[in-house]
Amino acid sequence: MKEVTYARALQEALTEEMERDEAVFLIGEDIVNLGGVSGALKGLAARFGAQRVRQTPLSEAAFVGLSVGAAITGLRPVAEIMYVDFVTVCLDQIINQAAKLRYMSGGQLTIPLVIRSQGGGGTSEAAQHSQSLEAWFAHTPGLKVVMPATAADAKGLLKSAIRDDNPVIFLEHKLLYATKGEIPEEEYVIPLGQAEVKRPGEDITVVATSLMVHKALAAAESLADEVSVEVVDPRTLVPLDMNCIKASVQKTGRLLVVQEACTRGGFGSDIVRRVTEECFASLVTAPQVLGGANLPMPFSRPLETACIPREETITAAIRSLVS
Amino acid sequence: MDIQRDTLVEMLRLLYTIRAFEHKARQLYEENRLAGNFLGALHSYEGEEAVAVGACVDLRKDDRILSTHRGHGHCIAKGADVKLMMAELLGKETGISKGRGGSMHMFSPELGLLGGNGIMGAGLPLALGSAFTAQYRGTDQVTVCFFGDGSSCQGTFHESLNLASLWKLPVIYICENNQYAVTTPVAESFPVPNIADRAAGYGCPGVVVDGNDVLAVYEAVGEAVGRARAGNGPTLIECKTYRYQPHCMVIPDRRDTAEMEEWQERDPIPRFEQYLLDQHITSEAEQMQLRQQVNEAIEAAAAFAQVSSLPDPDTVAEYLWA
Repeated sequence: MKEVTYARALQEALTEEMERDEAVFLIGEDIVNLGGVSGALKGLAARFGAQRVRQTPLSEAAFVGLSVGAAITGLRPVAEIMYVDFVTVCLDQIINQAAKLRYMSGGQLTIPLVIRSQGGGGTSEAAQHSQSLEAWFAHTPGLKVVMPATAADAKGLLKSAIRDDNPVIFLEHKLLYATKGEIPEEEYVIPLGQAEVKRPGEDITVVATSLMVHKALAAAESLADEVSVEVVDPRTLVPLDMNCIKASVQKTGRLLVVQEACTRGGFGSDIVRRVTEECFASLVTAPQVLGGANLPMPFSRPLETACIPREETITAAIRSLVS
Repeated sequence: MDIQRDTLVEMLRLLYTIRAFEHKARQLYEENRLAGNFLGALHSYEGEEAVAVGACVDLRKDDRILSTHRGHGHCIAKGADVKLMMAELLGKETGISKGRGGSMHMFSPELGLLGGNGIMGAGLPLALGSAFTAQYRGTDQVTVCFFGDGSSCQGTFHESLNLASLWKLPVIYICENNQYAVTTPVAESFPVPNIADRAAGYGCPGVVVDGNDVLAVYEAVGEAVGRARAGNGPTLIECKTYRYQPHCMVIPDRRDTAEMEEWQERDPIPRFEQYLLDQHITSEAEQMQLRQQVNEAIEAAAAFAQVSSLPDPDTVAEYLWA
C-alpha cells in the first residue's frame, strides 16, 4: 500500500487508462495550464500531448456535446466540468443526449463517456459553486452516478468508469482532493455498483456519500463507547448496491442516511424508500435522512456551516434514532 | 459543373423517394389518427428535399450526418432503407430504431446516420464530436450537421461554430432556413438577412445557397466537403428553402397562401426534372418510370411497416445499458 491524495489517485487512474487505451482522451477547461482547478490533471498534457488533453474555450455545451459525439463514434472521452454547478449550461447534452441516445437508437449507439466534476460546499464559494447535484443525474435513466469518498475508491472507480460502455457521471468533492488515503501499489479496479462497509457496527446503519462518509465515520468514532455504528458508503448511486445496504439494515434495524445535498427530493429519500419497501420488517424505528438545508448555499461561513450536516448533527441524529 | 449521369439520376430518385415517403407517411399518420392511434409528431420535409439530396448524394458511406426533428429526407439521402423508416414511424420492432425512437429519432450508425434530434440545436455539438473522432483518428471522414433557422438562434450554434473553426474540425454545418421556427417567421427570429453571414464572426466561410436548387446545394456542399477533408475546417452553408406542410401535423398553420404558392413555383423537383430534360440527361419517359419505381418501393415499405409486429412490452427495458 502507499499513501496518496485523492487528487493524485484520480491522476493515477487517468494516466493508467490513457496508457492502456489510446481512445481515451481528456477534455475540459483549464486542464492543460492548471491541470483543472483541482489539479488532478496536472502533468497529463505534458505526458500525453495536446491531442489527448484538450483544453477548451468556456463552452460546456460544445465540449460536453463533443464528448457525446466522440463517444458514439468510437472514442472514450473523459470530460471535466469545472464545478458541477456549471452542468446547467450543458444539461441537454447530458440528459437528452448522453443518457438517451443508446435507448432511442434501439441499442445501436454506445456511449463510453465519463463526465467528471466536483461538487459540495464548505469553501465559501456561495450558491453557484457549492451544490451537490447527484439526484438530478440519478433521476435520469441511462446515467451511472459515482461518488467516491476516498483516494482508493477514487482511483478504482474512475478506472471502472472509463472502461464502462455507458455514460458515467463521476462526482468528486472539492474538500476531498487534498485528503490522503492508502491505495494498493499494484493496479486495481473497483466495480461500479459495489458498496463498502467503511466501519462495521451492530446498532445502527449510517449510509453516507462523498464527504459525508468521513463525517459519519468521525461521528461513529466519537460515539464508540455508547453505540455501535455501521457506516456504509454506496460509492455508486447508479447502479446501487441495495444488497449491502439491506444486509446492514437487517442486522441493525435502524437507518440514517447522510447526504450533503438538499434533503428535499434527494437521493437519500430513495434509499429510505427502497429500505422501507424491501425490508420494512427489519426496521425497529422510522428511518431518517439527514441532508443539507433546502436553501441555496449561503456565502458567509456561519450560514454555510448551518446548511451542511456536521459531525455533531450526525451524532445527534444517531442518538435520537437509537434512544 | 461536371456531374456523372448516374449521380444526377440518383439525385432525382432520392428527390422522388423523399417526396413520396412524406406523402405516404402523412397518409398513414392520418389513417392511424382517425382510428384513434396517435403516432406522436410528424414533421414533413416536403419542399426541402433538394437540401438533403444535394448535401448527401456524394458523401461516402463512412461520412456521418446529424439530422433533425425533420429528418426523414436526411435519412433517405444517406441511404436508409425506407421499409425500416416506415416501420419506425408506426412504432414497429422492425423499425430502424426498433420502435424506440420514432419519426424524430432514426439511427443507423453503419450508414453514418447518427440520428435525428428532438432538441433544437442539439445536433451541432454532437457533430463536433463526430468530426473530432475523424480528426483524432487521422481519417478524412467528414460530418454534415443539419439544423434549422430556429436552431441558429440557440446557444449551441455559437459554441459549436466557434469550436469547430478554432480546432479546424471536418464538419459542414448546413442550415435549412425554411423561413419558420414552428410558427415564428425568420424576421422575428434574427435581425440579419442571412444566417450564413454569421460565419464571419467565427472565421470560417459562410455561403448562402438556393436550397430549392439541388445542383446549387450539391456544388456548395461539395466545396465544403473538400475543404473539410483537406483539414481546412468547417463551412456554414445556409440553404434558403420552404416547407410545404405545417411544422408538424398537429400544429395549425396560418401562413400566407400567396407566400406558399410562390414557393411552390420554385419546387425543387420540377426544376430539376426540367434541367435533366434540357440537358438531355433523362427523357420524360425515364423520369416517369423512375417515379413509378419509387412509388412502388414506398408502397412496399408501407405494407412492410403495417404487417410488422409491435415490440413486446417485456422488452421495454432493453437497450438502456451497453
